[in-house]
Amino acid sequence: MRYLPKSPSERREMLAALGLRSSEDLFTSIPAACRLKGPLHLPGPLSEMEIIDYFRARAEENSRGYTCFLGAGVYNHLRSVVTDTLIQRGEFLTSYTPYQAEISQGTLQAIFEFQTLMCQLTGQEVANASMWDGSTALAEAVLMAERLTGRHRVAVASSVHPEYRQVLATYAHNLGLRLDELAFAASGQLDAEALRASVSAETAAVVVQSPNFFGVLEQLPQLAEIAHAKEALLVVAITEGVSLGVVRPPAEADIVAMEGQSFGLPPSYGGPFVGVIATREKFVRQMPGRLAGQTSDHDGRRGFCLTLATREQHIRREKATSNICTNQALCALVASIHLCLLGKEGLRELAEQNLAKARFAATELEKIPGVRRAFSGPTFNEFVIELPRSVKMVNDALLREKIIGPLPLGSFYPELTKRGLLCVTETLPRSEIERLAATLRRILSTPV
Amino acid sequence: MTDRIRKAGRHTSQSEGLIFEKSVPDKRGMELPPLDVPAVDARQALGAAYLRDTLEGFPEVSEVEVMRHYTRLSTWNYAIDLGMYPLGSCTMKYNPRVNEYVARLDGIATEHPYQPVELSQGCLRILDTLQNCLVEVTGMDACTLQPASGAHGELTGLLLIRAYLENQGNPRKKVLIPDSAHGTNPATAAIAGYAVENIRSDANGQIDVARLREIVNEDVAGLMVTNPSTVGVFEQHIAEIAQILHAKGALLYMDGANMNALAGIARPGDFGVDVMHLNLHKTYSTPHGGGGPGAGPVVVKKLLEPFLPVPVIAHQSDGRLTLDFNRPKTLGRMRAFYGNFGVLVRALAYALAYGPGIRQASEDAVLNANYIRKHLEDLFDLPYKFPSMHEVVFSDARQKKNGVSTTDIAKRLIDYGFHPYTTAFPLIVHGALMIEPTESESREECDLFIHAMRSIAEEAATNPELVKTAPHTTRVGRLDEVGAARKPILRWTPKATTEAAD
Repeated sequence: MRYLPKSPSERREMLAALGLRSSEDLFTSIPAACRLKGPLHLPGPLSEMEIIDYFRARAEENSRGYTCFLGAGVYNHLRSVVTDTLIQRGEFLTSYTPYQAEISQGTLQAIFEFQTLMCQLTGQEVANASMWDGSTALAEAVLMAERLTGRHRVAVASSVHPEYRQVLATYAHNLGLRLDELAFAASGQLDAEALRASVSAETAAVVVQSPNFFGVLEQLPQLAEIAHAKEALLVVAITEGVSLGVVRPPAEADIVAMEGQSFGLPPSYGGPFVGVIATREKFVRQMPGRLAGQTSDHDGRRGFCLTLATREQHIRREKATSNICTNQALCALVASIHLCLLGKEGLRELAEQNLAKARFAATELEKIPGVRRAFSGPTFNEFVIELPRSVKMVNDALLREKIIGPLPLGSFYPELTKRGLLCVTETLPRSEIERLAATLRRILSTPV
Repeated sequence: MTDRIRKAGRHTSQSEGLIFEKSVPDKRGMELPPLDVPAVDARQALGAAYLRDTLEGFPEVSEVEVMRHYTRLSTWNYAIDLGMYPLGSCTMKYNPRVNEYVARLDGIATEHPYQPVELSQGCLRILDTLQNCLVEVTGMDACTLQPASGAHGELTGLLLIRAYLENQGNPRKKVLIPDSAHGTNPATAAIAGYAVENIRSDANGQIDVARLREIVNEDVAGLMVTNPSTVGVFEQHIAEIAQILHAKGALLYMDGANMNALAGIARPGDFGVDVMHLNLHKTYSTPHGGGGPGAGPVVVKKLLEPFLPVPVIAHQSDGRLTLDFNRPKTLGRMRAFYGNFGVLVRALAYALAYGPGIRQASEDAVLNANYIRKHLEDLFDLPYKFPSMHEVVFSDARQKKNGVSTTDIAKRLIDYGFHPYTTAFPLIVHGALMIEPTESESREECDLFIHAMRSIAEEAATNPELVKTAPHTTRVGRLDEVGAARKPILRWTPKATTEAAD
């Protein structure tokens, strides 16, 4: 086997050095009743070429050749080969968690830079080394708010990504946290009056997403004021980080939970991505996850190490702020490299391109009789359209033209049948947007 | 800085500033294709209240500077590609590159989780095949691939137990955890809403069965056991432990962090385990990447299957696969979408490379650990004499007499070209040296490691200061971790770094 560096005779010699005759003798401490009697029934073994063939065959069974207008928490953006080249360096790819600082300075400095970039983007004071993804980051942000306030109710906008809310519900259920869902207004934004009525002295946090699941930006300063008036914390989720190139950062939030997939990570059927938690400096000791800090060695040389570990499971065990250990370090590195490449101007230009593409698409689609935008609030690169027939029916027809159409919202929101969520990023050329509009026009002009 | 030589020596030994310190206005490292639709004025489109004005301090650097910066940083890291990483319980094995290649294929990396299932058959086939492999290796009945890491898998496993017990009318109050367990076990139990009761290990580092029998009652939801345990030995009474729990209606959770000792040798499903997680970044070779991403699939016996997180992969009558969201007893959702798919692709590539031959990997891992034990046990204290599986745990009791601790020995190993072993864990061994070579090490590499450890043992006796001040060959020496925690500097700002930068 090519991954195993021992010859049969080396094995025999090593066994002999142990006074053993066969490899069976290595396992005498396992009671016979616990031993596996026969061979495993598994596919393989395959050579390298056969493995590549296997996965190429699987790739053919997927969506190649289709144009995709989906977003909803996973976004298609341009990626540079520089990023992928760098993260495949063995010293990044095959290194361990940087507990041994002296031989992990590369990873540690990269984490420190990631933390800084996330603070700059979100307008927050501290950010951690990464969480599993945006959805678990949001759940952890809410648990953090519970610890900080000692309160047990949470007001959650129903325009937060439905799967994020489901994850939050799973976490909350076992810890006696009560979630109150808040409706959205005709703008697609959280109904501020409903929020005012719901927040009380028992509310630990108000949870919103911006841009929200409908692509609509929330009025964060106003929501923060309502939350803070009752000393509740404002937790802001962000699924589309590229928006921060042009949209005002959630500086008034107390905790930001962000998905960083848009910063250079491929959709990859939903993962691995990179969750981010950013917050105010005064809350840092209630933060989950790893943190890298700057320090120096005995000669005064600048260096970095993991710090404030007394929050973490390996020190505090059941009293830790979270159970997270392995995070998404390499994905955080992708995000850092990608953002450094883009730089200040590149990120702004990228965001403006997304804004322009989505505007163009919305305008083209609204020219079709019976098609209109469902919400009036400001949007970034996603928007909801209302169709004269079921989204499923329209999508089936679009698929015949190799177009993956809008995400039907009816399965998440029963009141939003005939509405679909569309995403248009910089990766979609004008011609494909026009083809979507022309195809949709043709489909809708054909009698059912 | 003005009078000092600014560049001297190899780049690995000199300072590479922070990317922010290299930033110069109006540079960039990535250009976009020209916009092919009418430009939009953001202020007009969004409204001034929603508009970002500045992005203070954000880097402005060229492509070549980014390439050099991160390449230089990478050279300061140790890596499995460079040599042995004997971290006990962390299982740093070789990460095959074909796994990286296939995870990046067009049609694999490019797929959107909400695209129609008819256009996702390849992705679903990958997930389904991996599930089948994991179920077969562990001797269980069903699988979820949703958890993003081992700790996330632990939480999923405990919530499965909780959902099962709740369905019977009482979720119960506490989870039992041996004192040898990894910190994620108690931390996870707390997030699952359970109180933790620690149970002491016996003189062999094993679970005290008599004590267990006394404390298991109707308040106990389950026991989290790591097998082989964190001292690297197989739990002798695992089947009896399962019986004791089952007799009181409690379930047995197994932390599968050490499954790399058992694959092809013994199956948890055959010795009474009800639910367990696997760390694919350990047993299935997916790269650690400096701390993640991992994947922590959970495999269960039939009785827990109805409670698995949604969605689950289902087989249609026409042979096609789909995602089933209609699961009335589900515990809910553990994360958005379906898991760390890209990591799962790599794990399947690894599983396919071995097939049933995975057994040879387990044998070699155990052989290496015992070979190292045999050649070091005359110089290092071995607190538990029971036969080792995939790792061996010594203590620093003998070196401590000269004031040399496990941390000192670990740091000195760096000077010999190795990554340190795991220190200060498990907690039941005072001053632990936890050594796990994995199957990826040749006999030559094992011999070099043995030689290094024997040499350090000698230094600890004859020149303890040399060991206590190690490492001596790295770019930075031991760092002031106390200072880092007392006055945390967790991000770059122009002000915070000027004092320390030189």
